[in-house]
Amino acid sequence: MRDNAGVSLYRDEGIVLRTQKLGEADRIVTVLTRRTGRIRAAAKGVRKTKSRFGARLEPFTHVDLQFYERRSLDLITQAETLRPYGEPLVTDYPRYTAGTAMLETAEKLTAEEKEPALRQFLLLLGGLRTLADGAHDPRLVLDAYLLRSLSVAGWAPALDECVACGSRNRLRAFAIAAGGAMCGNCRRPGAATPAPPTLELMLALLRGDWEHADGSQPRHRAECSGLVAAYLQWHLEHGIRSLRHVEREAAPITTIDEEPG
Amino acid sequence: MYEGVVQNLIDELGRLPGVGPKSAQRIAFHLLAADPADVERLTKALREVKDKVRFCRTCGNVAEEDECRICRDPRRDPAVICVVEESKDVVAIEKTREFRGRYHVLGGAISPIEGVGPEDLRIRELMQRLADGTVTELILATDPNLEGEATATYLARLVKPMHLKVTRLASGLPVGGDLEYADEVTLGRAFEGRRLLDV
Repeated sequence: MRDNAGVSLYRDEGIVLRTQKLGEADRIVTVLTRRTGRIRAAAKGVRKTKSRFGARLEPFTHVDLQFYERRSLDLITQAETLRPYGEPLVTDYPRYTAGTAMLETAEKLTAEEKEPALRQFLLLLGGLRTLADGAHDPRLVLDAYLLRSLSVAGWAPALDECVACGSRNRLRAFAIAAGGAMCGNCRRPGAATPAPPTLELMLALLRGDWEHADGSQPRHRAECSGLVAAYLQWHLEHGIRSLRHVEREAAPITTIDEEPG
Repeated sequence: MYEGVVQNLIDELGRLPGVGPKSAQRIAFHLLAADPADVERLTKALREVKDKVRFCRTCGNVAEEDECRICRDPRRDPAVICVVEESKDVVAIEKTREFRGRYHVLGGAISPIEGVGPEDLRIRELMQRLADGTVTELILATDPNLEGEATATYLARLVKPMHLKVTRLASGLPVGGDLEYADEVTLGRAFEGRRLLDV
């Protein structure tokens, strides 16, 4: 229930996920809000240079909004910036591409419009803050976000026990279709066989153990990214388009010995 | 619904940007009532634009020959290239009469969420133009929105080893407006890019 139900105006804070051009100078803005969930709303005249609105409705902006409820597309009538996360991200290309993949994932994981998704909102807000702070490798921040948002959506991978028998020992494989790690006895043909530190890294990212994650080696990070991406694509029907464009910060990229799940 | 040909025209007009069904109907009936010579001129213009106009092989701007007017003009400084997203931006900058260099039209901006990556833009062509060392300054004039900024960042990083002078168009207060109405991001940029007033 919104505070002012019955009135055609309502207010919420949110993160701008995506903008699309509409007509001559307008945009359709997709926002993930704290109380209302994902909203698509129209913003009038924001593409004109004289608009005071435009900069506040750019992707990555955490913004306080007032909407006017209409039958089809709601209208954004006011916008105040809370924090423009886009500013620090846009000057750093690897961080920008990682952030874009986070926004797209948030949009895909909140399938129903106007269905409250507080945990997804908080997760995205925290993820963008961490990404903008610049303290960790952007790809690690992205992978941590992807693992956790999948968990919130109900697709948490099992990482510290075998998905088949529950054993906590000799975890050798990662079976995407089965939903997580597998021990040597249960391993199915076709399952990936990541290095043990890769599974540990994934677990650290899921739990938010940054000390462990920051100490990981580039080849395990690359392998982890490959597995997380494959796991995500498996669960999301249409996949995440921006994932293909995500760049790594450090130059040397070690090979990913990835097998189809 | 009207008879075949009339409805056909209305449907075709309705596919144009910004033309709704009602406007399409109005234009269609205007054309029906119009002088045949006027309509002939319009059809000729439409046919010509598809037949004659292509893209400049150097800069990617719209052109009627292999190269556009600006690339052929010897008075334009070949040492300065201004990178823009679309041909429309070339026209906008030309109106200022401030710029005497040449252009490079990317054909859009990097937008991972729409599936547009650096390889989908005319970046390789730009790198080829920069390779022979004639160009000394690159002006990044992509849109001052998130995607434009990201594209500028990407290009600046890409050409860094070439030791060019790379500049970005300033962002700030619109001329003729009030300061109090500026949004905080724009005003912040205006502060960042303030310049020395030497009187």
